[in-house]
Formats: sequence, structure tokens, C-alpha cells
Amino acid sequence: MIAILDYGSGNLRSAQRAFSTSGMDVVVTADRKICMEAKGLVVPGVGAFQSCMSGLMRVGGDQIIRERKGMQRPTLGICIGMQIFFSEGLEPSREHSGSTRGVGVWSGSVERIDAPVLPHMGWNTVMPAHESELFRGVEGESFYFVHSYAAKKSVGKYPSWSEYGERFLCAVEDGALSATQFHPEKSGKAGLALIKNWSRSL
Amino acid sequence: MTLSVRIIPCLDVTEGRVVKGVNFSNLVDAGDPVEMAALYGIEGADELTFLDISASSAGRETTLDVVGRTADQVFIPLTVGGGIRSVNDVDQLLRAGADKISINTAAISRPELIAEISDSFGTQVLVLSVDARRASTPSGFEVTTHGGREGTGIDAIQWVGKACELGVGEILLNSMDADGTRAGYDIEMIQAVRSISRVPLIASGGAGTLEDFAAALDAGADALLAASVFHFGVHRIQDVKRFLSQRGYSIRMTSN
Repeated sequence: MIAILDYGSGNLRSAQRAFSTSGMDVVVTADRKICMEAKGLVVPGVGAFQSCMSGLMRVGGDQIIRERKGMQRPTLGICIGMQIFFSEGLEPSREHSGSTRGVGVWSGSVERIDAPVLPHMGWNTVMPAHESELFRGVEGESFYFVHSYAAKKSVGKYPSWSEYGERFLCAVEDGALSATQFHPEKSGKAGLALIKNWSRSL
Repeated sequence: MTLSVRIIPCLDVTEGRVVKGVNFSNLVDAGDPVEMAALYGIEGADELTFLDISASSAGRETTLDVVGRTADQVFIPLTVGGGIRSVNDVDQLLRAGADKISINTAAISRPELIAEISDSFGTQVLVLSVDARRASTPSGFEVTTHGGREGTGIDAIQWVGKACELGVGEILLNSMDADGTRAGYDIEMIQAVRSISRVPLIASGGAGTLEDFAAALDAGADALLAASVFHFGVHRIQDVKRFLSQRGYSIRMTSN
């Protein structure tokens, strides 16, 4: 069973449908026990870094992510769900202009991309790590991005890169912990193939 | 690695059907929205836009249903607009399966709505839809509301600047003069908006020939929206993409 962590509003319906195409049962929940026991946990993320972190902490999601990592249970972060794995986010919010502490399972900061038009919105190609399992069979495809901030320094065992204005981390595979800056659930057939690759590894 | 130009079919939906007219009148039935969305997804659409043009609350319920059924089978981003007036309206649509929402009239009558929506869901969900026409405002372009039926006297370029400060993720610029005419996008309008905005710009209204799509990109558009040329089979999405790709634009080509 795959659990999609529900820690705020946003479009989780299509994420649920997309992960269901892998053939596994998918539940959208914030229940700690279900999230801990699921074969795979998906951490989606919409909005800004700071609002995501406070939503996540309200349901104890930060703890769930750390504990699952400690137990080597697979977790996949998507978009802001990837960003909050890092130790800090530099995205300001209306209330708060400084940096926000992330879950910190990866060290590094999530910084604004240097590009003339932001958000980076739309389909972009990627440069997958050679050993990548996630991108197997879809190495040359495009994926759908919506973000203005990204991690720019390498972390994890298998980092994959993309470029918009400058180079940034578009995916990471690091043992049980994986993440994509793009939205596989919105990336058509290529995205569904990536979801299947992840689900198969569970 | 380059970001691709997005080709976006737009489905104007009323009472559960897709319709299309010229300058928002003389509407003709163009098909079932869920079927059309699925077909466009297969044909390589990079995103889909639904505009709910029905005024009734029954129409809005139908739209939620259509959005949900589409989101269940099409795994590309879906933007929904029309009649959105509150954070609660946005929440309902996102929960039904929309990825982004577009607002127009409600933002003009109450600009704070822009900040309310971006604070709740992030700027990336918010598309500012600007229905503009040529008029004697300072920039030569005026914002209209209610599907282009009512002028506001507000200068379109000043409005875009203000909305960007309040926090929008994208601009959908629709020329009301060109809408449905297939006489070409309003190139000067695209250039004017491009020059003052740093968020992605979707050109809309007037797509007719393949050259029209290229001209809008040269004017600074990041994405191209069209309705009637796709609905009535003047061009297939793949034809537009192939043409633009051959011209050297960055395009996501898909195989069926």
C-alpha cells in the first residue's frame, strides 16, 4: 500500500489516481500509523516552503519522514515535498522574510532560481544520474515543473539535474529517500512510468 | 535542456458541454469536455484549460464534476477558470482535481482576492486571466469583464503590473478583439504585457494559421492557448508542435 501524506489543501486527487496506475492500493491520509506502515509514503507539496513546513509539522509529518528514513522505509517527496527534505528554505513568506528550517534529512538550502521568468513552469528535460532507477526507460523525456526555488548543490547517492536559467537538482535517489522537483503525476506517460519505477522498487 | 513552449487547448464549458463562438457570442456546440480533454491529452497537449462560462450554480456543480472526471484520466496540468470569487471556490476546484485556477472579473472588483488566494495556495496555482481589447486607455488596451461584454476603463498594462505585485503565477492574456476570429494573436498586446511582467505569459485569442503561433512566441509568449482551431479540426495539436519544432522552438514531442 502507498500512503499519500495529506497535510493541507491542494490537488491530491490526481496524485492518488496517478499512483493507483501502478496497481497498488493508494490512500490519502495524515494518520501516523498508516503513514508509518505503508510500503511507500508520498510527500506531495503545494504552495510555499514555509506554509508547507507548518502544515507538515501540524500532522507530525516531519517526524514521520525522519523515522521512515531511519527504518529504511521508502519515501518520495514531490515538488515542495522534495524541498522540505533539505535543512533550510530561503523562500520568504508574507509574515516571515528569513529562511525556514526544513525537515533536514538532506543538508543544504533551497534557493531562488536565477532566471528572467519565474516560476519555472512547464515541461523540461532532465539529465538523470547514470544509475537512476526512477528514470529507467524515460531518460530522454520531459517532465512538468512548477517552482521558483530549488536545491543547487548535490546531495544523496544519485542526483539528477535539470536546467532553467541555471543548473538545479531535479531529482534525488538516496537509499530509501527519493524526491523529484517536478510533478510526475502531471507529467503524462513519462511521469506514470517514473511512478511505476518507484512503486516497483517498494 | 530547455523549457518547452506549451500548447494549451481551451475548453469553454457550459451546462456540461464544450462550446465556442466568435467574440464570446454565437456559441456552437463542440463536444463532450471529458472526451475532448482525454483526446487532447493523447494528442500531446501540454496542459488543458477549462473555462466555465455558465452563469448558474447548477453549471458550477457540473464543472466540478467535469473537472473531477477529467483529472481521473488525464495526467497533465489542468487549469480551471470562470466564476471564481473566493478562497473557498479555489479550494473546491483544487480538491476536485484542478492544478491551477484562473480569475478575472472577481480580481478586478476585489484585487485583495489575488493575495488571499496566493497566501492560501501559493502563487503558482493562480493564473490571472486578462480579457483585454483595444481602447483609448494610456497603453491602448483596456480590461473587460463578463466575457468581454463589459468595459472597465482600466488600463490593461497597469492592471497586469498591479496584479503581479499582488502575487500571480502566470498571465493568460486573451484578446477580445481577436477571440474566435482566427485572424492571428494580438502581437502588440503580447509585447506590451511581456515588457512589464516576469511571470509566464500565455497568449490567447485569434490563433488561425500555423504562422500565428510562431508570431506569438516571437512576441514573447511562453505558452499558446487556442480553442476553435483545435475543436473544429483546423489544426491538430501535433501539427502545431511539429511546425514549431521545425522552426527551432523547443517543443515536447510525444508519441501516442
